[in-house]
Amino acid sequence: MTAAIKAGLYSDTIRERWRRPRFRGELPGATAQAEDVNPLCGDRVRMMVDLRDGTVAGVRFTGDSCAICTASADVTAELAEGRPAVDAARLTTEDVLAVLQADIRPTRMRCVALPVSVLQKALAP
Amino acid sequence: MSLDEKTRGDFPILDRIVNGHRLVYLDSAASSQRPRTVIEAMSQYYATSHANVHRSIHTLGEEATALYEAARDRVQRFIGAARREEVVLTRGTTDGLNLVASALGRTLRPGDEVLITDLEHHSNIIPWQMAVRDRGASIRSIPVAADGQLDLAAFERLLGPRTRVLAFAHVSNVLGTITPVAQLCARARQVGAVTVVDGAQAAPHLPLDISALGCDFYVFSSHKMLGPTGIGVLWGRHEALEALEPTRGGGEMIKEVWIDRARWNDLPWRFEPGTPPIAEAVGLNAAIEYLEKLGMERVTEHERGLALQTVEVLAAIPGVTVYGPPASVDRGAVVSFSVDGLHPHDVAALLDQEGIAVRAGHHCAQPLMRGLGITGTARASFSVYTSPEDISLLAHALAALRTQL
Repeated sequence: MTAAIKAGLYSDTIRERWRRPRFRGELPGATAQAEDVNPLCGDRVRMMVDLRDGTVAGVRFTGDSCAICTASADVTAELAEGRPAVDAARLTTEDVLAVLQADIRPTRMRCVALPVSVLQKALAP
Repeated sequence: MSLDEKTRGDFPILDRIVNGHRLVYLDSAASSQRPRTVIEAMSQYYATSHANVHRSIHTLGEEATALYEAARDRVQRFIGAARREEVVLTRGTTDGLNLVASALGRTLRPGDEVLITDLEHHSNIIPWQMAVRDRGASIRSIPVAADGQLDLAAFERLLGPRTRVLAFAHVSNVLGTITPVAQLCARARQVGAVTVVDGAQAAPHLPLDISALGCDFYVFSSHKMLGPTGIGVLWGRHEALEALEPTRGGGEMIKEVWIDRARWNDLPWRFEPGTPPIAEAVGLNAAIEYLEKLGMERVTEHERGLALQTVEVLAAIPGVTVYGPPASVDRGAVVSFSVDGLHPHDVAALLDQEGIAVRAGHHCAQPLMRGLGITGTARASFSVYTSPEDISLLAHALAALRTQL
């Protein structure tokens, strides 16, 4: 086991979500979507949402991003799916961090924040 | 004794322990480290001689002015400029490019073209976008061939009577490509275009003879060549600099001022409004003195050896792709690479855990990244203190990396 993993920079959750994301892919019939980039590194994330009667019936993401950003997108999608849109729109970076359980440094915090802000954009009225 | 053995003890920061390992600093293209002489020259200046320059009629003011202007003389000798008035001290490469682009921008007419290249750093793209905007002028760009070199046939097609400016990097900050400056500038001159060369990745590494390059403007930064941040150089051929209208005003850049007009100062001070970075000029002087003592030919030879070693050892690691010119072609002191299945930021973060500092991302060259069909690379870059052992440690860490995430 390497120092990086021991130190918790890449938690088990991040490695698992990076290797096998559960919400990655297209969402045909998405009713809303948004995309943005991280100007620091050029990472790109698109979140697609299927809204039905004010509830987030489905979420998928696509993009080209690092392990932390990909894991964050996957967790963001999981947290949003099934919730009322108004609640999903209030998800924060802290909510995602609580699931990731990793020692994210300030320089990588934007990798976590990007998918959350893209989801908020997709859900904006 | 190799150059790194000779210099290593001069750089206090190289004693740092990072994440339990000796620091292996392979990010000198982003910003180099400084030798003790530079740090001491700056603190000595603040401790004994600081005052404002040029207008303080007292002992300290005179000392500070002499030290500031001595830096200009040092730069003039270092780059082989014909006259000291051709050396404008700026805030850095980005500042120098903005200065030239904003001034030349005012002279652009509808239909004019600014020719750049796909290799450029954003700092040699954005100022030109701003310069052509609202002038009815446009930007064209020379593509990069598969081997990382400029497509010179395309250059010939793109260059024409509408080309007013040719602006390009001497050395690519991503691929390390060394562009044929003299050849490009000679062709540009034939069509009457002004030539602007971004020397940020060249001045720290290659012996420069500015007059032999044949360009009109050449810019570089201090902090990539062992000097402090916050200062850089804009060299302009005397006639080219004279023809440039200043776009920034303030104290020092004028001779006489009335409420509604002013008369500009002589070169080079016309382009240095406000209080300049004086301590930084003292530091830049010390940095160049350090490089001159080593000898730039020796610096180039050392870094070429490191680049060659890096290209060879990285290319031999399964899953690692090296970008840029082949090993047989001279390159600057940078090598970009990627690791299959890993994002460049994760590569950098994992290497950091081993004390190895590399840059990762788009390197402020998004158009180039798009052309290569990638979002980013990791990049190892070198300076006088970089050792062959540093490269071996990088290779060793990279070989183990793919199993780590």
